[in-house]
Amino acid sequence: MNNILEVNELSKVFNLHILRDKHIEALKNISFSVKEGEIIGLTGKSGSGKSSLMKCIYRTYLATSGEIIYTAKNGPIDMVKANDHEIIALRKSEITYCSQFLSVIPRVPAVDVVSEYLFRSEKDKESVRTKAKHMLEKLALPSELWDAFPVTFSGGEQQRINVARAIIAEPRFLLIDEPTASLDSRTKDVVIDLILALKKKGTSVLCISHDEYTLERLVDRRLHLQLGSITTIEQEEININ
Amino acid sequence: MTRNDNNWLLRVNNLTKIYGEPNERTLELTGPEFNSNICPETESIVACADISFDLYPGEVLGIVGESGSGKSTVVKMLYFDLEKTAGDAWLSAYESGEVNILEESNQRKRFIRNRLMGMVYQNPRDGLNFGFSSGGNIAEKLIMAGQMHVGNIRERASDLLYKTEVPVQRMDDRPGTFSGGMQQRVQISKAIANNPPLLFLDEVTTGLDVSVQAKVLDLIRELQNDLGIAMIVVSHDLSVIRMLTDRTIVMKNGRIVESGLTDQILQDPQHEYSQLLVSSLL
Repeated sequence: MNNILEVNELSKVFNLHILRDKHIEALKNISFSVKEGEIIGLTGKSGSGKSSLMKCIYRTYLATSGEIIYTAKNGPIDMVKANDHEIIALRKSEITYCSQFLSVIPRVPAVDVVSEYLFRSEKDKESVRTKAKHMLEKLALPSELWDAFPVTFSGGEQQRINVARAIIAEPRFLLIDEPTASLDSRTKDVVIDLILALKKKGTSVLCISHDEYTLERLVDRRLHLQLGSITTIEQEEININ
Repeated sequence: MTRNDNNWLLRVNNLTKIYGEPNERTLELTGPEFNSNICPETESIVACADISFDLYPGEVLGIVGESGSGKSTVVKMLYFDLEKTAGDAWLSAYESGEVNILEESNQRKRFIRNRLMGMVYQNPRDGLNFGFSSGGNIAEKLIMAGQMHVGNIRERASDLLYKTEVPVQRMDDRPGTFSGGMQQRVQISKAIANNPPLLFLDEVTTGLDVSVQAKVLDLIRELQNDLGIAMIVVSHDLSVIRMLTDRTIVMKNGRIVESGLTDQILQDPQHEYSQLLVSSLL
């Protein structure tokens, strides 16, 4: 299997000018790779740098040094150095980031939030909405909420909107932060099954989770972060089937 | 990956506007590092300098900065409201992007403005003729682009007002009799009347009360989704920038201090001034 992502000696330092040039070292010398179709679990305490690492890969954060080589459909690209338009193109076509907390444009109904990525590529809005409703149904979001604005939803409801939006896009590469954190065990299983179904279709996943059950069921390998460094990388199992 | 740098709709190169008589040191002695855009030797004012960027078709670019940072000057020069001091701009929809639009004759500039661009100003009085009806304002823009048939013009005007949620029965009323939010929507109708690929929005929600602001922003977002118009959104308000834009340019004292993806500017601002701006967000 080829690598879809290779992170080499990645570091991230926040330089806070307004706090008298305070330096915060969030990531130190991170190196690892993700194979095509693999699900990597990113573990570690709060503040260990898991979300920072994801945001560097998605380019919400600018890495301070190192490389992040992503193998796009039309060739490898360094996400650290790529220009903004290249990043926008990748976000539209193959990389999706699902953050821990839903942040949406206000006054957009839940079903349209979930449809957001598909609206970009598919002309027939109603068929996209039908797909989105189907996804929300699977995730047991009450149907009277489909046309409501997610700002007013509970944490677990927002979480499901967020996960539905990312999964429905069927990206090549999915960055997903705590997808099961505030869900009941039945819905948790639904989310895990949906991500596993994406994997079957070839999606590679980097998933942050604290939940042992989710990690057990979902991930192929784990990568443990401590104070911004990787302390353990599980070796891949050699499956002879 | 192929580096496609020729997909731009608008390319701006070193756009500069200086008031007064600068000398050769004026640019060196002004800017964010001096916290001033007034040249200490000549007292000339550098409204903006060395502004360069590419805008892609359908892309929404934000320009953010405090008052006096030069952000409005940039779009006013691109819309030919202000004469540039230096710099170039090309529009791929005009002469295959090979002619610097800022060097064109006034007649050609009018053509570009009427067919290929739209502008929505902070003050509706700058964008609308208050002596005409709301429909008349839109008709004016259509006629300037060569439309002659009165029936077609009226139909298009009423379609546009409908689309921007202005009551169509008020088409023959003058904008002076409208509320601020409604005036802004008439202005937007006029700006998009000829289906331009590019729209400038200069502080369009500033001064409107919050619920009206929200409606105008929703309208702009819908237009962007449905028509795919590229936009340059000038605002001092980071919530407007966050809601509408893909990329953001941060300006201070007439210069670009940082540019990047909007989520990066908001979550990992690099420049001291951008950090201050983001930390001031409510």
